[in-house]
Amino acid sequence: MVDLAVEGLSHVYGREVRALQGVDLRIASGERVALVGQNGSGKTTLVRHLNGLLRPSSGRVLVDGVDAARLTVAQMARRVGLVFQDPDQQIFAASVRSEVEFGPRNLGLRGGSLRQAVDEALDAVGLGTEARTNPYDLGSARRKLLALASVLAMRTPVLVLDEPTTGQDLRGVERVRSVIESASSAGRTVIAISHDMRFVAESFARVVVMHAGRIVLDGPPESVFAAPAWDRLRATYLEPPLAALIGESLGLGSTPTDEALIYAISSS
Amino acid sequence: MTLTLEKVSYRYAGAATPSLRDIDIALRDGEVLGLVGASESGKTTLCLVASGLAPRTVGGRLTGRVLLDGKDIEAARIHELAGRIGIAFQNPATQRSGVTETVFEEVAFGPMNLGQPLDEILERTSSALRALRIEELAPRDPGQLSGGQQQLVAIAGLLAMAPSHLVLDEPTAQLDPAGTTLVGDAIAQLALDGTSILLVEHKTDLLARVCSRVIALEAGRVAMEGAAPDVLSDPRLGQLGVAEPALVRLRRMAEGAGLDPARLERAEASV
Repeated sequence: MVDLAVEGLSHVYGREVRALQGVDLRIASGERVALVGQNGSGKTTLVRHLNGLLRPSSGRVLVDGVDAARLTVAQMARRVGLVFQDPDQQIFAASVRSEVEFGPRNLGLRGGSLRQAVDEALDAVGLGTEARTNPYDLGSARRKLLALASVLAMRTPVLVLDEPTTGQDLRGVERVRSVIESASSAGRTVIAISHDMRFVAESFARVVVMHAGRIVLDGPPESVFAAPAWDRLRATYLEPPLAALIGESLGLGSTPTDEALIYAISSS
Repeated sequence: MTLTLEKVSYRYAGAATPSLRDIDIALRDGEVLGLVGASESGKTTLCLVASGLAPRTVGGRLTGRVLLDGKDIEAARIHELAGRIGIAFQNPATQRSGVTETVFEEVAFGPMNLGQPLDEILERTSSALRALRIEELAPRDPGQLSGGQQQLVAIAGLLAMAPSHLVLDEPTAQLDPAGTTLVGDAIAQLALDGTSILLVEHKTDLLARVCSRVIALEAGRVAMEGAAPDVLSDPRLGQLGVAEPALVRLRRMAEGAGLDPARLERAEASV
């Protein structure tokens, strides 16, 4: 189990692009957190600090109370798995199986336990029958699921997904949803970046809204997407899900998901 | 002035089966045609074929004909095509020229290569950046942008080329909701100006907003075709791997729960 904390985290790219400006965030073990915000608001920069891919310009990242600066990349990799937005930044092996094997093999898995970790991860994303395929013979949506599987196979206590549903069709989105569901029910922390507010409201217990390198809202979907927060949400160029808008206009209170809205209408 | 596909089938080099089969599409000037379908149903391949990139640069074998303004696209020289048909790839990183140092130069790269006069280039570049509200990115290094910003820069580059036909392969995949709306506005404006647009999208809410017609592909064939509101509310959409627009889904769920749809509709109208 791993608790994450980010304290006064700032990151400057080059000399002048201030991507993060003093971010404070605590994420307890087992939480399910969505990170939302405009393009360029610092979401990807923030999550790349969580597995040590980026080092803070100032401030610090704590993993179970230990400053991440004192952990090696390998130690971080055991704790936090990060799936990139663009799978082609991640994929390099000649077959789907060897791609997924790479991570857990580096963590020391061999033989039957390695095979099992790989099989489970491939099945979870629906690529069980493609083990021998060259990753570049898969379409972009399935390459993205492959990148997800290769991180899943490492069975890290923390799973970070950068825009996992982007480019996925209906079935792909359902795959991602069920991966999040089962990782979460196995007690793993799931942190995901998304622009799809409906997906966020349905699949996450906590929503963190970023704007210009800072956190501006943080709470459950019921409060982040509720009418009192709309001004602050819209100041970051985000819109609450349609169900939330309709629920408020019917005077039913906060109904961030379609299910919540239908239920509220039925019982009103 | 139209973009027409006549009985087009296409097979990638070395592939066992064709990726497109018997596709007939006519895209009129000023029309936005939406293209939906499951992953690997042929959407991206259709984009490559409709823009003249396949088989010309991609290889493979095409049967049938692709006509651009009545002329076979195969017969046109590549530099002639460049000014008339623009394509946005799924992954904007693929699209970056790699030779420019600022976003402004990157967006100006297309019209410069078309040999436009300098003041025209400057005007087109500024107005493309303005349309997508990315003027503040102008001095930035195009290699150091977020995924969504790269996507907006790629689209701005296309706007600056002012082509008469556009093929957009998931142009908003990495965009935030506001960026998606801006791209939707830009598409609607281009269509008003007479540009024909083939738009591949998983975001059916966007298609519902900007498209007149929608085609759904399944295993390389046209499975459904019709007016956008009809196709996007067709219950078969889910079987084709396509998510319904938010409103369609809500109405279906309300109906399933035995609710009065009129009440939901009144609420929709008010938001």
